[in-house]
Amino acid sequence: MRTLRRYLPQLTLLPSLILVAVTVYGFIALTVVLSLTRSKMLPRFDRWEGFSNYAKVWNHPRWEVAMENFAIFGVLYIGGTMLIGLMLAILIDQRVRAEGALRTIYLYPMALSFIVTGVAWQWIMAPDLGLERAFQIWGWESFRFDWIKQSDMAIYCVVIAGVWQASGFVMALFLAALRGINPEILSAARMDGASAPRIYWHVIIPALRPAFLTAIVVQGHLAIKSYDLVVALTRGGPGYSTELPSTFMYEFTFSRNEMALGASSAVMMLILVTVLIVPYLYSELRNDR
Amino acid sequence: MKLTSKMAFIACTTALATPTLADEVEVLHWWTSGGEAAAVSVLKDDLESKGTGWVDMAVAGGGGDAAMTTLRARVTAGDPPTAAQMLGMSVREWADEGFLGNLNEVAAAEGWDDVVPTAVQAFGKYDGNWVAAPVNMHRPHWIWGSAKIFEELNLELPATWDEFFAAADAMEAAGYVAVAQGGQAWQEATVWEAVVLGISPDLYKSAIIDADEDALRSAEIVESFEIMRRIRGYVDPNFAGRDWNLATAMVINGEAGMQIMGDWAKGEVINAGLTPGVEVLCGVSPGTQGAFLFNTDFFAMFDVGGDKAAAQQNMAASAMSVTFQEAFNLAKGSIPARTDVPGDKFDTCAQKSMADLAEATAAGTLFGSLAHGHGQPAAIQAAYLDVVTQHFNSDMSAEDAAAALADSVMAAK
Amino acid sequence: MTVEAARTPGTLQRVLIYAVLLLAALFFLMPLAAMVFTSLKTMPEITGAAGFESNTILTPPQAPSTEAWGTAWQSACIAVACEGLRGYFWNSIVMVVFAVFFSVMFGAINGYVLAKWRFRGDNIIFGMLLFGCFIPFQIVLIPMARLLGFLDMAGTLHGLIFVHLCYGIPFTTLFFRNFYVTIPDELISAGRIDGAGFWSIFFLILMPISLPIFVVAIIWQFTNVWNDFLFGASFAGADARPLMVALNNLVNTSTGTKAYNVDMAGAMIAALPTILVYVVGGRYFVRGLTSGAVKG
Repeated sequence: MRTLRRYLPQLTLLPSLILVAVTVYGFIALTVVLSLTRSKMLPRFDRWEGFSNYAKVWNHPRWEVAMENFAIFGVLYIGGTMLIGLMLAILIDQRVRAEGALRTIYLYPMALSFIVTGVAWQWIMAPDLGLERAFQIWGWESFRFDWIKQSDMAIYCVVIAGVWQASGFVMALFLAALRGINPEILSAARMDGASAPRIYWHVIIPALRPAFLTAIVVQGHLAIKSYDLVVALTRGGPGYSTELPSTFMYEFTFSRNEMALGASSAVMMLILVTVLIVPYLYSELRNDR
Repeated sequence: MKLTSKMAFIACTTALATPTLADEVEVLHWWTSGGEAAAVSVLKDDLESKGTGWVDMAVAGGGGDAAMTTLRARVTAGDPPTAAQMLGMSVREWADEGFLGNLNEVAAAEGWDDVVPTAVQAFGKYDGNWVAAPVNMHRPHWIWGSAKIFEELNLELPATWDEFFAAADAMEAAGYVAVAQGGQAWQEATVWEAVVLGISPDLYKSAIIDADEDALRSAEIVESFEIMRRIRGYVDPNFAGRDWNLATAMVINGEAGMQIMGDWAKGEVINAGLTPGVEVLCGVSPGTQGAFLFNTDFFAMFDVGGDKAAAQQNMAASAMSVTFQEAFNLAKGSIPARTDVPGDKFDTCAQKSMADLAEATAAGTLFGSLAHGHGQPAAIQAAYLDVVTQHFNSDMSAEDAAAALADSVMAAK
Repeated sequence: MTVEAARTPGTLQRVLIYAVLLLAALFFLMPLAAMVFTSLKTMPEITGAAGFESNTILTPPQAPSTEAWGTAWQSACIAVACEGLRGYFWNSIVMVVFAVFFSVMFGAINGYVLAKWRFRGDNIIFGMLLFGCFIPFQIVLIPMARLLGFLDMAGTLHGLIFVHLCYGIPFTTLFFRNFYVTIPDELISAGRIDGAGFWSIFFLILMPISLPIFVVAIIWQFTNVWNDFLFGASFAGADARPLMVALNNLVNTSTGTKAYNVDMAGAMIAALPTILVYVVGGRYFVRGLTSGAVKG
């Protein structure tokens, strides 16, 4: 009884640990094994292919497009949400009226799935239905916005919708961090006669470092998981010009009955995640105590 | 605390789950709206009138992709549905994995062997045993024309590609969009396979059904991509991403002259209050008279064990009955998979399809459609679609496309 | 809290600030406006038929009608049933309530242990739990199906709740752990001196001050579980299918004419609960983040 009480805290963690060990690490291990088999429609562990599955994925033209898009999308999506999120947070923090309403407006896209907003976005992007037509009818005859129809521009439409969805969340993170800054540091800076932009640049923004880190990680994992976004907006098209690693993985596993290749691409995605997240976790946990 | 909450959790939720009963069929399909949903309701009502319940498991999206994903999860969990809607190649792949049941008894009793075309049987049977019930035959290589535009410009539906391009020029000159095209890989492939079939049925057989490398590298395949490039020139700039039904609407509304699309487009015509063959002309795509590509929806029957087998056999028998096939296909726009269903209630386009089917069966020019899951298994099919859509959406040359096609298909084989 | 120097701009700057904020608000509201307007229009008005040629998706409806909302709620045909979304709404509520309750409770207790009952290797365990946030759901679909089959939970509501619990725990643990780390240890040791044990410290001392972070965790989980399609489509039984699956079936048809006003009304109905949660909880969301998720 006494030992039980002594280890009670650890014991309460146990159910969660078991769940996560099985459903995260167990399943990842399974995916790795799967990627070495010749599984087609369903997992089969009786025929082995080895690492050549990885070579097949790596050399596939669609994977090439997916990686290139992932770089464009990742950089612009994370950068865009950070920039807009930070800007909105700073502006909203200027004691504006109707702060609550504005905050809610910026935040609500996070509440919506792309199953809900997908069609609306398709329309907005479609030149014959959406913004282009609206502006032309309102009198701006030469207005053009037909990126979604162009193979080399469509990925930027995906970025726009992604930024729309997640910027508000980043704003909330930054706003929270701004409100948490120690006021004494700021009054000290003001006593030194620093101008407002200088204070922001040299004092406030550096103080937001933890929020930046959190935001980059949250956005980074959303970028890697982004799937609904592409499916709702372009279904990967025109052609397969808006393919992302996640759509590649889904397509090969479930549409093409190439489960082993899908698993290989999944493992490569996981490696990407690890490269992104482990340094963060390390620094986060080391600075903690 | 943990323990009690878990018990509460299970207690609260167990009450909410009910298993499928023995006299019920659970059917996975992706017919969720419009004519299709109406069509599948016909089967549901028929079964219920015979005392067999219907548990509906519909998952729409991606032309069946989402439903197939769900199916995989269900089967992996050891909980397959009684029946699942599938295209021909999927039936074969699932049968390959050994999950499908056996319908020989009901098939023999109802004489399926005598009334279903051999090419369709090739998918419905596996190893000589019936595993899936075919309910319809779609034909993907139709050309639909706006009667208003054709009349105004004094044109006829084109029978050759030369006529097609001449008509397209005339339409463009008159200020119309010549070709209404949707922008998804399967739609582009629907056009491409029609082009290949139009060059010659032999080419379709060697390059697509047999996936023969020499045929894929032949000058005729280069020619098919040249035709694709010319067609692309008559498509309006906003086609990318467009749904097929919006392209059909352009023809219906008289904004565009022609669309190459399967006979499901009829549903749109009928919904718009028009008559197929009158306001919207129907014909086979250039050069394909005498040949017939098909895609068929099957109800594949899973091996669900003794107590549910009776309901399953009931469902198979109902799905294959003449009355159901007539009612279903009238609602869906296709023609029955049984060849002994009278055609008098069908529209002129469907009647033409029925006549052409008989002709093509006799001539040996009846093939499964590549774009619609009856030409090659999913992996190889996708290898074709990748190149076709890549070519159509870029400025790739026809020679490069043919070479890329052969490479892509050979790599996937 | 506010600092005058940095936060009291002049008049011109004020105008600029409001201009930017309003412009941004327009951008953020655009899709919502398109959806609401479309759901209140008639089909001829949407397709730009005669009389409506200069309409755009951003033009307000000329004669707003809630007919499409009624249809989507109770009579739209989804596959063989013409009963609208109403039945699925309840399924989603049941699923969300259980999934959110359990994942938040597990997360709260995990966070409490990891922040306040430190032991050797606790940070490694926390890091391992956290990595679970980053697993793409498509990867786990097939293995999870096998596991549910093994546990005899395939095609059941509690199976689905179990899945959401598994992939919710990493997030909720993160929120609570980071929140509890900021609570002074003295509070705990004072409780211990008073004779409070492991559970009474949690329930009597920490729970009462945890409201902001509960709000964050609940909002996050509610949104994710409510909006999930993949798990719902794959693991829910025929009689427990969530709203998002039904909405997908309504909107994502492969053939057949689309009633866009009904589609949009359906989408709005499906989105209302999460929007409501954000509108009501939004204030606490920022406050909760301030107090935990982003330590300054």
